[in-house]
Amino acid sequence: MEGLLREIVGKYNYWLYIVLMMIGLYAMIAKNNLIKKLVGMNIFQTAIILFYISMGYKKGGTLPIIELPPHHHEIPPDAIDISKYINPLPHVLMLTAIVVSVATFGVALAIALKIYKEYNTLEEDEIRMRIRER
Amino acid sequence: MNINQFVPILIVITPLVCAFFVMGLHWVDRRLCLPLTILAITISFISSIITLYSVISHGIIQYKLGGWPPPIGIEYKIDTLNGSILVLITFIALINIFTSFNQVSIDLPEKKGTFYSLYLLFITGLVGVVITGDLFNLYVLLEITSLSAYAQIALGDKKRGPIASLNYIFIGVIGASFYLLGVGYLYMMTGSLNMGDVANIIKHLHQSQAIFVAFIFCIVGVWIKMALFPLHIWLPNAYTYAPTTSSRLISPLMTKVMVYVMIRLMFTVFGYDYLFRTLTLSNEVVLLASIAIIFGALMALSQRDLKKMLTYIIVSEIGYMVGGAWIGNKAALTGAILHIINDAFMTFALFIAAGNFAWRIKELSVDNLKEIFQTMPWTSAGFVIAGMSIIGIPPTCGFFSKWYLLIGAMEARQYFFAASLILSSLLSVILFFRIFEKSLFNNRKDHLGSSDGIKTQEAPTNMVIGLLFVCVILIVLGLYSGKIVSTLIIPFVSRGI
Repeated sequence: MEGLLREIVGKYNYWLYIVLMMIGLYAMIAKNNLIKKLVGMNIFQTAIILFYISMGYKKGGTLPIIELPPHHHEIPPDAIDISKYINPLPHVLMLTAIVVSVATFGVALAIALKIYKEYNTLEEDEIRMRIRER
Repeated sequence: MNINQFVPILIVITPLVCAFFVMGLHWVDRRLCLPLTILAITISFISSIITLYSVISHGIIQYKLGGWPPPIGIEYKIDTLNGSILVLITFIALINIFTSFNQVSIDLPEKKGTFYSLYLLFITGLVGVVITGDLFNLYVLLEITSLSAYAQIALGDKKRGPIASLNYIFIGVIGASFYLLGVGYLYMMTGSLNMGDVANIIKHLHQSQAIFVAFIFCIVGVWIKMALFPLHIWLPNAYTYAPTTSSRLISPLMTKVMVYVMIRLMFTVFGYDYLFRTLTLSNEVVLLASIAIIFGALMALSQRDLKKMLTYIIVSEIGYMVGGAWIGNKAALTGAILHIINDAFMTFALFIAAGNFAWRIKELSVDNLKEIFQTMPWTSAGFVIAGMSIIGIPPTCGFFSKWYLLIGAMEARQYFFAASLILSSLLSVILFFRIFEKSLFNNRKDHLGSSDGIKTQEAPTNMVIGLLFVCVILIVLGLYSGKIVSTLIIPFVSRGI
């Protein structure tokens, strides 16, 4: 029991992203309303973004902006302590991933709007019924 | 400064930049959209041919984006495998635009600029996915490809198109996110995103659980995007209800490019040793692929709608390539790669033919194809050649890749896979001869007594020429398959295995 607790508390960021991801996945599978499904999709993508962000973080780390030591014109290479700075690369990658997820969400919303204009509803079972009627 | 140094980047940049200009030109002069699109694809096509030529003569090309050296910057790395697939993509896009431009003016007269812009973005994404040597860059371009595919599919059939597209979005997003997650785990373990760099570091991490998780996420994500059997549900509707021009472009290319990504991940990033010595998943995946082959063929047999039948053939063909890659010997991998090239052209020919039929026949069910040989002789001839290639009758190219796959399966003692290959070939014999029978042998005696009353009503000339041209390519690819294998495929295969 204690081991499990330590496992959860020690790696809470990973547990959190898995829980969020599953919430999103559940909404995408189980919800009937198309907009709710889209929200689930967004949660799903956000979970992965959180995973990346937490990956780059270091305890006690700060922004990777290096200050010039006094009386120096160049930074001596041995003066940089890598463990003090968080890894900026995952964060930069996630900027791109956020753009991708926003674009996907936009396209999906536009298509949902098109469906609404065609069928006058966003409930999946009703749309399926209308298709069968034809 | 040599001009040849900039050729690889032109393949990706030209369609990307022109996509925006096409969009803008729509407001200025609508007639200019098509020539600019053709120009962009032509430049991309010529650049990829030059690139492939110099790869064959001088070896692997490495292009550093922005001049940053590889592990830090993004790198384009072109060997004979992705060089030939670049040529394949741009070539099919070019033929397709010649074949279907009048279809676009009829389907989407008000949205020409938007459509061509999406078309170019789709090409950009595909060539980007193929050319890149960076794992994250691959994800971004994969999403560009998918987004433009979603939008194109939604432009199709008014009733069913948007729904098919939205379902595709839900499943496609899960696929891409799984891939991204896998890349995240890889980055955690290796600290790098460059494929070659990651491959070097993975060699020492074969026992790591995280690498295993990364591998599973990446591969499952790619499988979702390529519609391997249990994950295929989005494909039939999406490709059936897309506009004709888009289904001609998307269905031959999207799934094949994803198979390429799988092969690249398997043999360049994770490596043969990891896949077939450390993990022993080979038998299970080959079994899955065999089931995909049989399932796809059976589902195709049960369809009444011609286009839907063709989409299930794609599902079946995906099984061939996945199985071939996972058998893990030289002959099977050669067959799988050769089948990427051949199947792209076969599917392309079939979808052009289906589009030509749809030009005259509103409901494209198999029963409505009666007497099509009299009304559309050229299109039907093309359809027959494409069908023969899918079945695998020798002068056409389909035979040769199936032959390599069969040899590979026999060498590896994967008898079930070999049996399902042969079974699906037999099923596609039934599939196509059912149509040939309906269309060749007409029984009009009951009310006319002769077939004089039927006039030929061919589709527009450019569509027929496009189809026949692709059919000639099918045969040429078959005749020169030995040459293709020895110059383009063997260099990659012998490095991979």
